[in-house]
Amino acid sequence: MDVTITLNGSDVTHDVEPRTLLVHYIREAAGLTGTNIGCDTTSCGACTVLLDGTSVKSCTVLAAQADGSRVTTIEGLAETDGTLHPVQRAFHEHHGLQCGYCTPGMVMAIVSLIAERGEHELTEADIRLGLEGNLCRCTGYHNIVEAAMAAARAPELRS
Amino acid sequence: MSILGNRVLRREDPKLLTSGGIYVGDLELLQPLSVAFVRSTVAHARIVGIDPAEAKSAAGVVGVFSHDDLGLAPMPPSMAFLNQDMKRPLLASGVVRYVGEPVVVIVAESAAAAADAAELVVIDYEPLDVVVDPAEALKDEILLYPEIGTNNCFALQFGHDDTLFEGCDVVVRQRIVNQRVAPCPLEGRAAAALIEPDGRLMFYSSTQTAHGVRDTLATSLGLDPGLIHVITPDVGGGFGAKASVYAEDIVTAWCARELGRPVRWVETRSESMVGLGHGRGQVQDVEIGGTRDGRILAYRIDVLQDSGAYPAIGAILPFMTRMMTTGVYGIARAECNSNSVVTNTVPTVAYRGAGRPEATAALERAMDCYAAEIGMDPAELRRMNLIGADAFPYTTPTGTDYDSGNYQRAFDLALEMAGYDELRSTQRARRAAGGSRHLGIGLSSYVEITNGVPEGEYGAVEIRPDGKAIVRTGTSPHGQGHHTAWSMLVSDQLGIAIEDIEVVHGDTDLVPRGVGTFGSRSLQVGGAAVNQAATEVVDKAKSLAADLLEADVADILLDKAGGIFHVAGTPAISRGWGELAQTALDREGSPLMAEVDLDSPGATFPFGTHVAVVEVDSETGAVEIIRHVAVDDAGRILNPLLAEGQVHGGIAQGAAQALLEEFSYDASGNPLTANLADYSFISAAELPSFETAFTETPTPRNPLGAKGIGESGTIGSTPAVHNAVVDAVSHLGVRHIDMPTTPERVWQAIQAARPVAEEGA
Amino acid sequence: MIPAAFDYVRAESVAGALELLAEHGDDAKLLAGGHSLLPLMKLRLATPSVLVDIGRLSDLSYVRDGGDHLAIGALTTHHAVANDPLVLAELPVLAHVAGQIGDPQVRHRGTIGGSIAHGDPASDLPALVLALGGSFVVTGASGTREVDASEFHVGFLETVLGGDEILSEIRLPKMGDLGWGFEKLTKRAQDWAIVGAVAVRLGGNGSVGVGLINVGSVPVRAAAVEASVAGGGSAAEASMHADDGLAITGDVNASEEFRRHLCHVLVHRALDRTLA
Repeated sequence: MDVTITLNGSDVTHDVEPRTLLVHYIREAAGLTGTNIGCDTTSCGACTVLLDGTSVKSCTVLAAQADGSRVTTIEGLAETDGTLHPVQRAFHEHHGLQCGYCTPGMVMAIVSLIAERGEHELTEADIRLGLEGNLCRCTGYHNIVEAAMAAARAPELRS
Repeated sequence: MSILGNRVLRREDPKLLTSGGIYVGDLELLQPLSVAFVRSTVAHARIVGIDPAEAKSAAGVVGVFSHDDLGLAPMPPSMAFLNQDMKRPLLASGVVRYVGEPVVVIVAESAAAAADAAELVVIDYEPLDVVVDPAEALKDEILLYPEIGTNNCFALQFGHDDTLFEGCDVVVRQRIVNQRVAPCPLEGRAAAALIEPDGRLMFYSSTQTAHGVRDTLATSLGLDPGLIHVITPDVGGGFGAKASVYAEDIVTAWCARELGRPVRWVETRSESMVGLGHGRGQVQDVEIGGTRDGRILAYRIDVLQDSGAYPAIGAILPFMTRMMTTGVYGIARAECNSNSVVTNTVPTVAYRGAGRPEATAALERAMDCYAAEIGMDPAELRRMNLIGADAFPYTTPTGTDYDSGNYQRAFDLALEMAGYDELRSTQRARRAAGGSRHLGIGLSSYVEITNGVPEGEYGAVEIRPDGKAIVRTGTSPHGQGHHTAWSMLVSDQLGIAIEDIEVVHGDTDLVPRGVGTFGSRSLQVGGAAVNQAATEVVDKAKSLAADLLEADVADILLDKAGGIFHVAGTPAISRGWGELAQTALDREGSPLMAEVDLDSPGATFPFGTHVAVVEVDSETGAVEIIRHVAVDDAGRILNPLLAEGQVHGGIAQGAAQALLEEFSYDASGNPLTANLADYSFISAAELPSFETAFTETPTPRNPLGAKGIGESGTIGSTPAVHNAVVDAVSHLGVRHIDMPTTPERVWQAIQAARPVAEEGA
Repeated sequence: MIPAAFDYVRAESVAGALELLAEHGDDAKLLAGGHSLLPLMKLRLATPSVLVDIGRLSDLSYVRDGGDHLAIGALTTHHAVANDPLVLAELPVLAHVAGQIGDPQVRHRGTIGGSIAHGDPASDLPALVLALGGSFVVTGASGTREVDASEFHVGFLETVLGGDEILSEIRLPKMGDLGWGFEKLTKRAQDWAIVGAVAVRLGGNGSVGVGLINVGSVPVRAAAVEASVAGGGSAAEASMHADDGLAITGDVNASEEFRRHLCHVLVHRALDRTLA
């Protein structure tokens, strides 16, 4: 079946089996391999992308369910001129990544957490709980949380 | 101004944060076939029959193979000390010995086709008796290798001295379980293989040891290593488990040769949980003896190591445990004996710390038990027994030579950062007030051995005519940031900007020799090799410059700020790196380069003290880590940002073992925690931010003065958190709780201690 | 990781969904947020041959004021429920419970109806609905019927929903400021409850509703606890009855003995908050 997705701002259409997971559509049909697969029980969050602006685990969404929707992956986060998103920048400045495998999903999850906070200032506890579905084995989360707190204070992300 | 010692941001990040790393599963290959394995669903059985017919004829299937199709000899254990008769067939042959053992390999046009076909393979098993408990396995009643007649694959027995505890007023005994855990790198195992037009085997591997992979493939497939080209793309974590070469790697390579097409294997998480080697798995009987006023005189530990079904690196780890038997304490008499046995479980391999966390965890629990027995504060007991700063180099009773150390300094700093005395008063006040939430404070003082497997490392620095440098390293980073760290070292020597230094690793064609990254060896051996190559290339450049500038080489200076060579006193007349590189090419026909095969500089011994603060809910058994303080000393720190990151990651894994993680089996050998929903992989929500500091006690054993840091966080943290939990409920009569201190275990321990506590009230 | 193959059809309306279900019979499963069904399918523990996707039926996503109750469309996501102003005002316990299901990503996709219809006794919402004395609206070809929560779950992953019916609405009595308590013990934040307890004040007559999570094959209403409170028992006294009549089994996370103990403790704590 044909599935059409606005992927990082561009419309793409691919003919895939109904059982194709969104993460496989993104990685294999669309060739964007930044989004990774770390488990098979919806536990690790490495596959997190934005679906119509909010974070989802793309391994637990069928591509068919995302037909006609907007999907943003790590590849689509920076500006077209290369300017990093504040979360990407904060990850770099605070050493929030080591092997990089969980990173795309972790970054997208934090982008969504920050976007949804409304008027509320995100506390460390909010971020730690907000990342309960994103597992990392390398960093011990310390610098990830620091990066998220720093990004949350970035002026560009103030609504 | 030297860049060394600075918090230099990572060069690896830009790609990882934007397009993402390129892991084996991301590689663009030409129409690769997908490799999938059918794995045993029973723990111990005879294979009566395999019927691949339906799978073979399924859509998209190109091949279905079992052991006899491979024509490959079984792999003996990689380490010579292990029972070499306990060989591992690359696909199960005649018998399966653990749930997860690969039996059949399927190659298909897509991963989906392979997954579908895997369900169609019919395997008939005739169950055999299962042994999961290593203590049972030690009895040699249920045998995994009947023809061998024992389950013992490695015994390190030095005998029991019956007089060991003579003169001890107090002797405390405790059985401690250091439970089996799953390493769980976020990227599982993966490999891709293809045959190049010239007939060479190209093998992409998610590994920590590219050259080891090449050599193992060569041996197994009967090829000259020169006919194999291994490339390591980005690797999503390894933690020691990817320092082993797996049967599936070899079978994947075989499939490429058999079918003449590129193939790729990417395991699922559920497969990884029963395929990637497991960690830890020791049962320890400890005895600790000394005086009533706190001097520890003797210590004994008997180790039973669970090797899993096929002896691998895990089986030999008691050797490392033994080396670190007495830790940071000046204990005069000590014994460590061990047996490693096979069981019908996943083989154990190296996992962050590999034998040393087990030593520290046992000793630190023993110290707390001893302190409780004599009614002494656990900090005081430790302080009394630390090896003095003036005692180095120091040889332990088990023959280990510590290079340098100042245990008191790290200890005092950790307690100061934690506010230890205040914590104890708060604890006293809260205990007096009652309630169901209990504060616990746990300590751990550790020393560990890094670069414990004494192998050298390769490092090379080459300058290109455009003035940029290429570094080739035999190390194999998988998150540690070697590209940043090695370019810092080289930049510091050469005066070439970090941005103009390229680092190459993991490619056996581009890097002719290498050992890899494990055992916290990389900086002190690999970095040292690169550093030396850099100094040698400076010497070569000076010779060339002397020639060009018609001066004595002794008068040539390298102005690092400008990256230029000039005669002392006449800085205006100079030659740059690029020119000199071109000169070398023109004159000698070879690049301006230095290659170093650094002999192993010898093991080094990082150390530290961790303090954990927890709250335990005695009604539910729930444990929360409130604070974790870590003071670690790994000698001279090259990049504090990277070093801290290593400590943070280590603390999380160590705390996870103390509180949450255990890979469990039922009595029939069925895994109970074989996915990330069931296996309690720790998340950010269970951890606090950490309070870390470094002291720096350099080592004389390598020119960088550096020790390894990669595993220290794990080694130091597990006992601190573990001790904190027991400490939290010690006033309720609890003396010991085995890890992981899950809510049930904590609650059961409190219930079991009830009569004792009431009696003493 | 890769589900077995299936056919996929998207329903354009509730009526359309019902037709598709009737057409495909037992071979078909409804797909809403997919966060109960897809994980099973990825491990090939469920292999429906047809998925009927109702995820786009936006007219099943709502929170409405029904006078004495809130009417919540089955396809309302946990995130939407947790943040809905009406829910926060009239049924804050629901916002709280919904806000702790899984993790943020799961809450963006999982739906209240999908979770309840899946019928896992370890899910948090069914126990809450039971405690509140809520009901479900089930839509079939012949119209709608209202099913009391106490009659909905009949076994492990088994509800009274026919293969040709859709759970379309959840009705929960408003609570306003009435007291409530929710206690869930997990090892990790994202985990299913080892045991959970939810208690709510019902009306103004001093009675409470108490639901238990993961103590059997179905969500359980702790009737003996409720009776004790109604009879004037304190939180401590009433909670002693928390595991009355329960057939609890142990697993790798907790033994039967510990689970029974947790029932007492968590109900006690939930009641303390509720009755405060």
